[in-house]
Amino acid sequence: MIGAVEVKPSRTYLDSQEGILSWLLTTDHKRIGLLYVFSITAFFVVGGFFALLMRLELLTPVTDLVSAETYNKLFSMHGIIMVWFFLIPSIPTTLGNFLIPMMIGAKDVAFPKLNLASWYIFNLGGLVTLYALIRGGVDTGWTFYTPFSTSYSTTYVVAAALGIFIAGFGSIITGLNFIATIHKMRAPGMTWFRLPIFIWSHYATSLIFVLATPILAITLLMVGFERILKVGIFDPALGGDPVLFQHIFWFYSHPAVYIMILPGMAVISEIVPAFSRKPLFGYKAVAYSSLGIAAIGFLVWGHHMFVAGQSLYSAMVFSILSYLVAVPSAIKVFNWTATLYKGSVSWDTPMLYAIGFIGLFTIGGMTGLFLAALGLDVHVTDTYFVIAHFHYIMVGGAVMAYLGGVHYWWPKISGKLYPEGLAKLSALIVFIGFNLTFFPQFILGYLGMPRRYAAYPDEFQVLNVLSTAGASILGVGYILPLVYLIWSWKYGKPAGPNPWRATGLEWKTPSPPPQHNFETTPVVTYDAYDYEAMKEELELV
Amino acid sequence: MNSSSWLRPVAASSVSGEYDAFFWAMVLVCGAVAIGIAIALIYFAIRYRRRSENQLPPQIRVNLAAEVTWIALPFLIFMGMFAYGAKLYLDIERPPENALELYVTGKQWMWKLQHPEGAREINELHVPVGQSIKLNMISQDVIHSFYIPAFRVKQDVLPDRYTTLWFRATKAGEYHLFCAEYCGTKHSGMIGAVYAMDPHEYQVWVDRGAAEGSLSSLGEKMFHQFGCANCHHFDGHGRGPNLQRLYGQTVRISGGGSVTADDTYIRESILDPRAKIVEGFTDLMPTFKGQIAEEQIIQLIAYIRAIGPQPVTGAPQPWIVQPGTTAISGTQPETR
Repeated sequence: MIGAVEVKPSRTYLDSQEGILSWLLTTDHKRIGLLYVFSITAFFVVGGFFALLMRLELLTPVTDLVSAETYNKLFSMHGIIMVWFFLIPSIPTTLGNFLIPMMIGAKDVAFPKLNLASWYIFNLGGLVTLYALIRGGVDTGWTFYTPFSTSYSTTYVVAAALGIFIAGFGSIITGLNFIATIHKMRAPGMTWFRLPIFIWSHYATSLIFVLATPILAITLLMVGFERILKVGIFDPALGGDPVLFQHIFWFYSHPAVYIMILPGMAVISEIVPAFSRKPLFGYKAVAYSSLGIAAIGFLVWGHHMFVAGQSLYSAMVFSILSYLVAVPSAIKVFNWTATLYKGSVSWDTPMLYAIGFIGLFTIGGMTGLFLAALGLDVHVTDTYFVIAHFHYIMVGGAVMAYLGGVHYWWPKISGKLYPEGLAKLSALIVFIGFNLTFFPQFILGYLGMPRRYAAYPDEFQVLNVLSTAGASILGVGYILPLVYLIWSWKYGKPAGPNPWRATGLEWKTPSPPPQHNFETTPVVTYDAYDYEAMKEELELV
Repeated sequence: MNSSSWLRPVAASSVSGEYDAFFWAMVLVCGAVAIGIAIALIYFAIRYRRRSENQLPPQIRVNLAAEVTWIALPFLIFMGMFAYGAKLYLDIERPPENALELYVTGKQWMWKLQHPEGAREINELHVPVGQSIKLNMISQDVIHSFYIPAFRVKQDVLPDRYTTLWFRATKAGEYHLFCAEYCGTKHSGMIGAVYAMDPHEYQVWVDRGAAEGSLSSLGEKMFHQFGCANCHHFDGHGRGPNLQRLYGQTVRISGGGSVTADDTYIRESILDPRAKIVEGFTDLMPTFKGQIAEEQIIQLIAYIRAIGPQPVTGAPQPWIVQPGTTAISGTQPETR
């Protein structure tokens, strides 16, 4: 129209550049976060499919749906994919990538190109592991215990391990990037104790990424050396020590458990204040407990080996240290709960996930106390009790937090609101399905059903059927958000910059944010979650 | 088979009662705290639900007394759990002196068990009720784990190293035996049954199985079959040390140091004779690695053990540290 002034909507990170190459070559942390969402969602679907087949096989006590050989591959690939290609990258590479620069008032991470490289490295690792899977899979369990993995298994152990080895470099780069970003790129006035807990928790996670992942790389390298070159490291027939593998493996893999749960705690520490409209209770205690978990988490690996033949006295040391690492987790649970006290609590979907997380994480953590008790561990270790325990932490904890976080920041990421009613319903379905799947497994474990059994004695069938029924409900709970979130990307109502009236810097910029996050660099003059200081801006009374 | 109830597995050993009491005490304590947290969350969420869209609640940031309480209290409770868990662990792990020793060999995918009197079984274990049983276990290939849920005991079975497990059955019956460490394709088929029997019935059973000869007599056959007797003479003039009166003694080894002649040392000497050579002898013995099965090693050990407490007839063996004198401390083997 001649004469009319064309009003151009300001460009967001989503439409500032166009074409597939602008995504594949992007150095924008927000776009990289979305690229990771695609990758880990794909891996989650694959890992979830394996879980579904396992649960179907376990409907009956005998091996009828799949053979024992196939079942062993299913649980191995389920574990490998879920641990290394979903849980470990899940929150840090998606929400962490998207939010860390925005939360500290920065334009991007410290090393944007490395950030993109980490995504490629991660996918390359994933593809190598998928290659192992397509060629015929691997049957060592995700733990690769020796000498089975090095001298006895006839499956694609080296290819699977190589994929994990490669993907690990992606983790290391991400961790390095976050540490540098948090140290060097905070906006003026954003002091350490004004940082949201999300940042503290990701900082602790990044430390573990950088310090522990190389240990895993070395361990897997040694497995490859022994398997291919017959260098005697772990197999006694070659002069090695099989228990040595367990020490090194858990020296990485126990801290890796905290890689998986600390970012979940990061998300919950944002959601709870936002939906209670109160500062996080005991901010400093929560911040320090993240670092405490990261530090003590390195010293508890021996609790995986109480019946593996270590001395009574080292077992005692590992037991007491395991109880010590439980203290900071307990501190967090109490502080989250106390944040609701006298708050203004709204029951939106992210808060439902957060409350679910606190409850399920508490059960997961407390059953960890059973396993840390030396005498109790003897009977329940390597049974379904352990399976239930770590799924309460990993699925009831980490996955619930991931879903809660995705819903909480969805308006920021997409610029759109998701359908609230449907979202609440699916949160409820996830909660019910999860408990029905995994609570019976605690009982199965106490009754003595060992893990990794393709066939089992008849008396365990009823509880296994319940668990399988729960898994199918849980599956529905996971498919629903996938559908309605994609739907809302196109058809959802516009969200506006701050639909929750939350306090973080990420809510002070439009949704979706512009390419460089902020029009002008923010200056921070108050603490995290300071509703009092922001009450005029947020129109609160 | 004794079946378990819905919430409690069969309890049939000397530690299972103590185990279950501690387990359910933990369920009570942890359950109470978990339910307390759940109630607090739900109560707060309802009691303090948002009343108006613009509501700004009182901004409570921290309460030092509360923080200190919920740091100190869990810590103290955790230390209590640790202490009781450690006590139970010692009860489960430390075998009593008078235990009857049986031998277990794990291999993909079966359990082989040997009784000292000679009875041998596969995937079945017969034991007398009321008698402490100590299992000396070793794997021929990968790591397995010997697990009897009804007795609340479990121990990994490692290649190249003996581990032990003990229990005392308190109730006659048939109980599950599982492999609890993933060991390959037929891991879930590496199962069997433990039969706890009345001691008299057990004796009848053992006598019936002893036709082939006791473990040590089988070992004696091995001793000749593998040519051990060619060098290890009983008159003290062989090229190898006299193995009589050896078992359980402290032995001086060349190059200094000493070692206790237990199962681990004897097994090592058969498979890797160069590792610790007895003082005064030379490196003449070939390795038997790859030529002898773990079960045969166990039989040989049983034989050497049987000829251990022989009355002294020949000259005293100079490499054995006499009780009362001090051994040169050195390479003590790791035992458990």
